[in-house]
Amino acid sequence: MADLPPVIEAHDIHKSFGDFAALKGVNLTVAPQELVFIIGPSGSGKSTLLRCCNLLEMPTRGVVWITGEEITKRGVDINQVRQRIGMVFQSFNLYPHMTALGNVALALRKVKKLDRAEAEERAHAALCRVGLDEKAASYPTELSGGQQQRVAIARAIAMEPAVMLFDEPTSALDPELVGSVLAVMRELRESGMTMVVVSHEMRFARDAADRVVFMDEGLVVEEGTPESMFGAPKSDRLKTFLTSVSGH
Amino acid sequence: MDRFLDQFFNVEVMVKYLPDIIDGFWVTLLLAALVIVSGLALGLVLAVIRAFQIRAVNIAIIVFIDLFRALPPLVIIIVGFFGLPFAGIQLSGFFISWLSLSFVLAAFAEEIFWAGITSVNKGQWEASRSTGLGFAETLFEVVLPQAVRMTIPPLTNRTIAITKNTALASVVAVPEMLTVAQTSLAYAANTSPLTLAAIGYLIIFFPLTILSRRIETRFAWKR
Repeated sequence: MADLPPVIEAHDIHKSFGDFAALKGVNLTVAPQELVFIIGPSGSGKSTLLRCCNLLEMPTRGVVWITGEEITKRGVDINQVRQRIGMVFQSFNLYPHMTALGNVALALRKVKKLDRAEAEERAHAALCRVGLDEKAASYPTELSGGQQQRVAIARAIAMEPAVMLFDEPTSALDPELVGSVLAVMRELRESGMTMVVVSHEMRFARDAADRVVFMDEGLVVEEGTPESMFGAPKSDRLKTFLTSVSGH
Repeated sequence: MDRFLDQFFNVEVMVKYLPDIIDGFWVTLLLAALVIVSGLALGLVLAVIRAFQIRAVNIAIIVFIDLFRALPPLVIIIVGFFGLPFAGIQLSGFFISWLSLSFVLAAFAEEIFWAGITSVNKGQWEASRSTGLGFAETLFEVVLPQAVRMTIPPLTNRTIAITKNTALASVVAVPEMLTVAQTSLAYAANTSPLTLAAIGYLIIFFPLTILSRRIETRFAWKR
């Protein structure tokens, strides 16, 4: 394990939107099979950092390596790289004109170039993993939010990525549906998937994370094990943040 | 009442001119079908090309669509028929009418398809791109199918409104249905041929509205 390169290594990432600096020089390293949890107030740049890891946002400055390959340099086939980085979004973003199976199979057919039968076989397997194979023929609108998010997870893991990025995967869900999505994420974690999670689910962070990164105003303020971060926060900003989120 | 019936539903006149009207009906139907197919196809192609955001190409597309949306179709047909021969291009009235109306429909259809493409949620692009699909694959597999479905109602309206302009082909001597009806009307001194033409238009356009409604419900998904 020690000789494997980090799955994600982001160095000195800056990102500006016009005059607004969302990221002001952030480093992030994610080792194989690690679960890194990113927390912070809204607008702190957590999602932007995540989106810089698969270049949905191109960093204004800085370098990103994925499994040792630099992806921020010119001439990199980003579609090739993205196959190895699964992403799950806050708003699910399932394709409404396709069934759950179609959603999962699309990239298998178009990117992995599998024939339809093989793509669907793998899509069924991915849906099984998230416990939704019986909904394979359902359209997204026929599914609950929690089910939609699990299909979205299946869509990402079907590509067998080296790392999964979760961008507030439970924020758009009704409270009673959050558990089903977290259960799937926990199962993924136990199977050894490398994961980076942006979320406000502190209890999940405490239970499952190897490392917690606290961001504020475009910078990493503090990072460490869940025990140290939640048990003995050092910076005032983290203390304030933890008080504010435990308030509700 | 009798005078009204005699004026619009004179059976004798109708029977006499029916064969002519039927000939005109086929011309109108053919012209309408050609305009719909090529106009919508060209509009879709232009919208797809526009999505690639190549500056010079987009300027050309926008000039094209603004021109053909602004000019009255009648002017386009007349300029095409009487103007092109000066450039050494001699085309039949039917061909000019087809080309002109296709361009007009394409211009409006492009704008409608484009609105559909831009109204597809950005998250759809991101989800697809994040799994490794390229820009074009995302456009064709994810975005266009949604965009086209959204555009069916406004597209049907435009298509019918523009396709009815086949009547304008009369100015360049195309023997389409309304031309024939007007000629017959003049000979018969009775408006019953016009009634036949009206029925002809209903036969052409009713199925179109029904078809679009079918497509709408069939492809609809709950939001």
